[in-house]
Amino acid sequence: MAQVLVVTSGKGGVGKTTTTAALGAALAKTGKTVAVVDFDVGLRNLDLVMGAERRVVFDLVNVIQGDAKLAQALIKDKRIDTLSLLPASQTRDKDALTSEGVAKVMDELREKFDWVVCDSPAGIERGAQLAMYHADKAVIVTNPEVSSVRDSDRIIGMLDSTTEKAKAGEKVEKNLLLTRYDPARAARGEMLSVDDVLEILSIPLIGIIPESQDVLRASNLGSPVTLAAPESGPARAYFDAARRLAGEKVDITVPTERKGLLDWLFKRGAA
Amino acid sequence: MSFLANFFGKRSSAPVARDRLQILLAHERASVGEGKSDLLIQLQREIMEVIRRHVSVDQDKVQVKLDRGDNCSTLEIDIEVPGLESAVKAAEAKKDEKEAKAPSEEKTPEKTKTDAAGKA
Repeated sequence: MAQVLVVTSGKGGVGKTTTTAALGAALAKTGKTVAVVDFDVGLRNLDLVMGAERRVVFDLVNVIQGDAKLAQALIKDKRIDTLSLLPASQTRDKDALTSEGVAKVMDELREKFDWVVCDSPAGIERGAQLAMYHADKAVIVTNPEVSSVRDSDRIIGMLDSTTEKAKAGEKVEKNLLLTRYDPARAARGEMLSVDDVLEILSIPLIGIIPESQDVLRASNLGSPVTLAAPESGPARAYFDAARRLAGEKVDITVPTERKGLLDWLFKRGAA
Repeated sequence: MSFLANFFGKRSSAPVARDRLQILLAHERASVGEGKSDLLIQLQREIMEVIRRHVSVDQDKVQVKLDRGDNCSTLEIDIEVPGLESAVKAAEAKKDEKEAKAPSEEKTPEKTKTDAAGKA
C-alpha cells in the first residue's frame, strides 16, 4: 500500500526541498520505489537539488493537462534506480493545478510507487493545500526560530482541517523535523531548544538535522545530502528519520557535525 | 594524499554550482516567459506530429529524453512503431489458421529512434 508523504512548513527557506530530496533518496535506498513530486509551480527547484535540471522535458502541469503521460514526465534518478522525480512546471500559471487533475495523478503515482513524497511550496495557499491534500503522513520542517515555529503551527492546523483525511474524519500522521539546529547555541540559550519547540507544537519529533556545510555542498553538486555525504551528520539524521517514517523504532539523537571517527565508531557499536 | 584530495574536493562544490546554474539559466531565460517556447519541446511536438501522420503511435510507447548541455543539447525520442509487427503477426496468423492458435508473443516491436542534437 503506497504512502503519500507531504513535506511542508508554511515558512519558506527552512529546508523543504532539501528534506524532500534527502528523505526521498533515503527511502529509495532501502529498495522501496519512491517518487518525489515538486508542487512549487512557477518556482520549481527540486529538479536542481536532485541534479536533474538538464533532463526535464515534461512536468506535473503537462501531465494534468494531458500533454504528456505520467511515465513520460517521470525522470529516473541516475544514482538510485528506485527513485524518480516529477518536476513542477516553470510557467507562472498557478491555476493549471486543478484539484481533479492532481487527484488523478496522485492515484496513478500510488499505483506505481511505494512512497510518494510531495514537496510543498511555501505559504498556505492553493499550491500548499494541494500538496498536502492527499497526504497520509506529513513532515513539518521547522527551524528553531520564532517565525518558523509560528508558521508550522498554522500548517499543523491546516493538516487537521483541510486534507482529504481530515474531511473523512481521519488524521494525517504529523511529524516534526527540526532543521538547521545548532546544539551548542541551544545549550547556551541562544536558540530555541528541541524541548521548547516540541512543547509549543506538541507533535512527535522525527529527527533533528544539525546545521551543516554538507547540506549546501550537496545542493551545489545537485545531489541529495543522503547520497552526496551519507556519513555526514545531516545524512545520518535523515536516514534515521526515513526509518521512523517506515515504522521502525529508532532513538532520536542529535548527530553532531565534527565528531571524531573513533567516537562515531564507538557510538555505532554501542547503539 | 586521500585526505588532501578529500580536503580540496570538499572545497570545490561552488564552481560546480556556478556551472550548473549558468547552463540552466541560459536555457530558462530563453524559454520561460510570455510568448517564448523551448525550442527542443517544440521540436519534439512537431516530430511527433509528422510521425503520427504516417503511423498511429501509442502515447505510452513514446519515450522522450533530454539532456541540456552548455554547447550542445540532445533530444532523444524513442517511439515504438507497431506497424511491422502487426503485419508480421497477421501473416503468421493466416499461416497457422489450420492449427489451433498462434501463441507467440515474443517479437518486440520495431523501434525508431530519432536523435536531434542541436546547438542550444
